[in-house]
Amino acid sequence: MNEAVTALPELLRAHIVLSGTAIAIAILIGLPLALWAAGHRRARIPLLALVGLVQTIPALALLALFYPLLLLTGAALHLALPALGFLPALIALALYALLPIVRNGVAAREGLDPGVLEAADGVGMTRRQRLWLVELPLGAPVLLAGIRTAAVWTIGAATLATTVGQPSLGNLIFSGLQTENWVRVLVGCAAAAALALVTDGLLALIETGLARRAPWRVRTGLGLLAAGLALALVQPGRGAAPTVVIGAKNFSEQYILAAAMADRLHAAGYRTELREDLGSAVAYRAVAAGDVDVYVDYSGTLWANVLGRNDNPPAAQLRAELSDALAKRDGVRVLGPLGFENAYALAMRRSRAQALGISSIADLARAAPRLRLASDIEFLSRPEWRSVRGAYGLSFAAQNSYSPTFMYRAIADGSADVLSAFSSDGRIAALDLVTLSDPKHALPSYEAVLLVSPRRARDERFLPALRPLLGAIPIERMRQANLMVDRDTDKRSPQEAARWLLGK
Amino acid sequence: MGVAPLVRLQGLVNRHGDQAALDGVSLDVAAGALVALVGPSGSGKTTLLKTINRLVEPDDGKILLDGEDVQAIPPAALRRRIGYVFQGIGLFPHMDVAENIAIGLRLTGVPPAERRARAEELLELVALPPGFACRMPGALSGGQAQRIGVARALAPRPALMLMDEPFGALDPVTRDELGRAYRALHDRLGLTTIMVTHDMSEALLLADRVVVLIAGRIRADAPPAALLRGEVEPDLRALLDVPRRQAERLAALERGT
Repeated sequence: MNEAVTALPELLRAHIVLSGTAIAIAILIGLPLALWAAGHRRARIPLLALVGLVQTIPALALLALFYPLLLLTGAALHLALPALGFLPALIALALYALLPIVRNGVAAREGLDPGVLEAADGVGMTRRQRLWLVELPLGAPVLLAGIRTAAVWTIGAATLATTVGQPSLGNLIFSGLQTENWVRVLVGCAAAAALALVTDGLLALIETGLARRAPWRVRTGLGLLAAGLALALVQPGRGAAPTVVIGAKNFSEQYILAAAMADRLHAAGYRTELREDLGSAVAYRAVAAGDVDVYVDYSGTLWANVLGRNDNPPAAQLRAELSDALAKRDGVRVLGPLGFENAYALAMRRSRAQALGISSIADLARAAPRLRLASDIEFLSRPEWRSVRGAYGLSFAAQNSYSPTFMYRAIADGSADVLSAFSSDGRIAALDLVTLSDPKHALPSYEAVLLVSPRRARDERFLPALRPLLGAIPIERMRQANLMVDRDTDKRSPQEAARWLLGK
Repeated sequence: MGVAPLVRLQGLVNRHGDQAALDGVSLDVAAGALVALVGPSGSGKTTLLKTINRLVEPDDGKILLDGEDVQAIPPAALRRRIGYVFQGIGLFPHMDVAENIAIGLRLTGVPPAERRARAEELLELVALPPGFACRMPGALSGGQAQRIGVARALAPRPALMLMDEPFGALDPVTRDELGRAYRALHDRLGLTTIMVTHDMSEALLLADRVVVLIAGRIRADAPPAALLRGEVEPDLRALLDVPRRQAERLAALERGT
């Protein structure tokens, strides 16, 4: 609870700045666009169709789309456009907010009494005077209704900005869902809902103020909105400390390692920003582009997804080749392994393995015809399974697929003997399982490695802050730390788990 | 005429597609005159009126206001010199009566206190109590609203008033009352007025001069009495016969014959 509440002010601030700016931009673009469309009957239908089309794209996809789009635009224009974080989130949200503003703007203009407009011209108003004295005040209720809709949508959708590396209240929601920390989820949701309600209420105050000709309402509403935005725009004292952006993918181990890196960097006098819940493909491109300075990835993932390789060399060779290839191609530095793997592994209950005398997959192959395999839903169709099955000639009495939770239940209650596990999963320790060694190296290596952006690759003040993490995290400790965050009772936050991991 | 006309229209042409709304109209209006433009629906009379304050642009021809080509005056500046009253009234619903009346002054930057004073003056002129200043347009009857419409047009002291069916939407009693009240104002303030109406008897009874427009051409242009007495073509006769027969039949009814 405390930890969620501590994170709240900074995330709320970021959320207000992001959604406020997006709405302001949507108004600045949307109102002139609506006025223009109201006067051009032929342009109106395609315009409304276009902004409507944007609206049909799921917000999450729209946000993600701007990552490659900005990368391409930046490359084409030779500009250093930040493809991650504030800019893509802002553009996507502003586009999203455009529809209700344009649509209501057009409706507001169409709803005006033609007699009143004729009178406005007849008394000698210039176009500008007609706009400010007649069209805007009379259209205001409909216009404001559109702005209110846009504001509520934008504040809600801004929680998704987390996925493109822009901090928002979504950080609490996404990481809370991932670690099943419901307090975090609730705090995030409640804060976003409260922000939307307050904003809507203030806009409603302005709306009724205009309708009832009560200037104090308009002034109070505008004043409070402006004050809120101004307060959010004031950055808390940054000082001169340089800021490092730490990336994390969307699961507990990544949150913990990101927190551990942040801890080390703070000690070295850096400020850090966290970009969490990055997609696997986004994370690597972000570090290559310099939007993220450092994050942890897994050698096998990079080998297959970034380099497109499907061969399977031994771990050390794979890492060496990977380091060369990434440095040459993108300037990304593989600083080194952390000391554990998060790979596919085959695991058994310790007692059962000892009873059957099994410690390696080669041992397992002899007993397999009498044993039952429980796997996750993906495993049996993955290249890792084909590789290990082929290398050892594995053939089980039964093979069943489960969702991860039920897979662990199956082995706990004895309805399965062997399971496909992620080697750093905390439940391996909790259920007293052993992972079987792989003497033929059939399963690819998924060593956790630290990746550093080209900008920081030779920074001899920065790198020493992180080097102590290299080789310092044995698999047992990582499992234990993951378990602290993932277990159902006595849950810890990733920050607490990170401090434990660092031995503090 | 020794004096130059206040308004001079020369060969005005206006086309809607291939149909001519105005087909070469020339007309001089002397200062101080109240000219009624009469004609059946679609005869081009509203178009003619609106070309004078450039709400409609002619395809050909020229309009001189006090000797000045209106094309040379920016539309907003031109319209501030001309009072405009129309059937739709078009009071601004978000402004009170005083603000509506003084809107023309506000556009030219007259300070609020002065605008307020002028609005009160005009309320009196159009025979409404001063308490109306703070009312909103929604709370007015049709007749009251059009009185405010006239007051709004008069506020910047225009020399020329253009009126497009100004009393067309009002009930007959109010209509008659407002018509006569306006005629009195016109004389008292020394205005020049061009009033469009489709009602021949209104035109005959209020105007100094009746101009009949049919299919975009001027077919008659004379003082009311002369028009009634004069020899005219059959389609014009029909227009004039309506009020005349009505009057004869009413008189006959009264006599009991």
